[in-house]
Amino acid sequence: MCPTEGAKISQVQSTDGQKNRVYMNEAAINITELKTALYSFHVEHGGKMVPFAGYQMPVQYPEGIVKEHQHVRNAAGIFDVSHMGQFSIYGTESDYLPLEKIVPIDLKSLKINQSKYSVLMNKEGGIDDDLIVTKVEGGLNIVLNAACKHHDVSRIHEVIDAEKTKLHDDLSLIALQGPKAVEILNGLMPGVQDLVFMNGASFKFKGTDIYVTRSGYTGEDGFEVSINNSLAEEFCKTLLNNNNVKMIGLGARDSLRLEAGLCLYGHDLDNKTSPIEASLSWALSKKNKEEGNFLGSEVVGEQIKNGASKKRVGIKPEKIIAREGSKIFKDNKEIGVVTSGGFGPSVGGPVAMGYVLKEFSNEGESLELEVRGKRHEAVVYKMPFYKKSYVK
Amino acid sequence: MSDKKYSKKHEWVELDGDIATIGITKHATEQLGDIVFTEVPDAGKAFEAGGEAAVVESVKAASDVYSPISGEVTENNQAIVSDPSLVNQDPEGNGWFFKVKVTNADQINELMTKDEYDKFLTESA
Repeated sequence: MCPTEGAKISQVQSTDGQKNRVYMNEAAINITELKTALYSFHVEHGGKMVPFAGYQMPVQYPEGIVKEHQHVRNAAGIFDVSHMGQFSIYGTESDYLPLEKIVPIDLKSLKINQSKYSVLMNKEGGIDDDLIVTKVEGGLNIVLNAACKHHDVSRIHEVIDAEKTKLHDDLSLIALQGPKAVEILNGLMPGVQDLVFMNGASFKFKGTDIYVTRSGYTGEDGFEVSINNSLAEEFCKTLLNNNNVKMIGLGARDSLRLEAGLCLYGHDLDNKTSPIEASLSWALSKKNKEEGNFLGSEVVGEQIKNGASKKRVGIKPEKIIAREGSKIFKDNKEIGVVTSGGFGPSVGGPVAMGYVLKEFSNEGESLELEVRGKRHEAVVYKMPFYKKSYVK
Repeated sequence: MSDKKYSKKHEWVELDGDIATIGITKHATEQLGDIVFTEVPDAGKAFEAGGEAAVVESVKAASDVYSPISGEVTENNQAIVSDPSLVNQDPEGNGWFFKVKVTNADQINELMTKDEYDKFLTESA
């Protein structure tokens, strides 16, 4: 199935010999781990490489996670997300419409070059992956989580003719995120400034077609650029000529997305959790919800009608950092568990998300989190933790 | 100060009479990265050598700090509680964690000197 995305971020830097409180798989670079086209580039820039979803990826650069995080909030940062799956379905509506059976988005109403976040459903009503679908001339582009991509492709092939699909291993995916991203990228590719959030278009870099979407995973304005592997390094070098741009590792990617209230598959979402429980009802189209014509829709429909017994919420601990796995209590009764938690550099304190019983999921509800055997005060908090004032 | 002693778990101890000051090494802070939270033991709490005594958290992970020596806590460093980054800035000085009144001062001889610790780091790298 789909292994845990990002399982290893949290423990790579624990001090030798000191017991680590974050229970994760052992990290060990092994030769079967893949490298992105930017691997050497990361190493040259001092990237600390760690195993992540089957790839060797930079968890941080010499300045460290907090500085990288703040740099993205204040200027612009480059993220190599080429480990993620870039998948295409080629053809016309009749070729790709069956995707709606497993990914409940209204593909007919999606405009050309428009992207939508959604989920890959299983028959139990759980989420096999979360993904972004973009309608393009000649079909659909889908971005899948690295650890899930091969499983996802086999799932998609159950409803779509495999001959009409491709998982691209010739493409890199590079994100430029931060308030200065638009100005910087527009200088390189005039016109990207006109893209609306969750929309894309083709541009040229060094005479070659690249596909740019205005999207991201940081809570900042920014872009994701699908570019041939052979141009990936040159593209990054060109961006880095601007002093406002820095390389950013997975560590800061995790703290940025957590502050933005965005889910990490394998942690905040999994194949036993429904989109309703995950507070992702908005990611399912109205049409699909009404018609109930997708895999797992009986479970989802029942939960929409009667409510799910648990719900994903933002949690703001008063003082303590509560990591993934921390139990949540209310009046001495265990009512849930933290699925992501850490320190939010822009919040200046601990932030978390997790699942609690529905009756305790209202904003402002006081909770207790168990950390190192002691209970600590926390409150259900409306996400995102860090609010951006977007310039429109 | 050159009479600090070091543990394999990357704590340092400095003995003054029967009071030992304990913190984590510069190497440990470099491995941890940006320290964002610390928890120090209250005065009066007693530890055996090797016991879990304090907690240090970076952005990524939480780690225990062990007391390399047996004793009872006499004082803790509230400065690193209010500003955990102090541990990164000055790990073997103002970034100390807690002090204990030692019950067996001889235990300090089981720890490494600075040279031995540096050698240990090189060998375990």
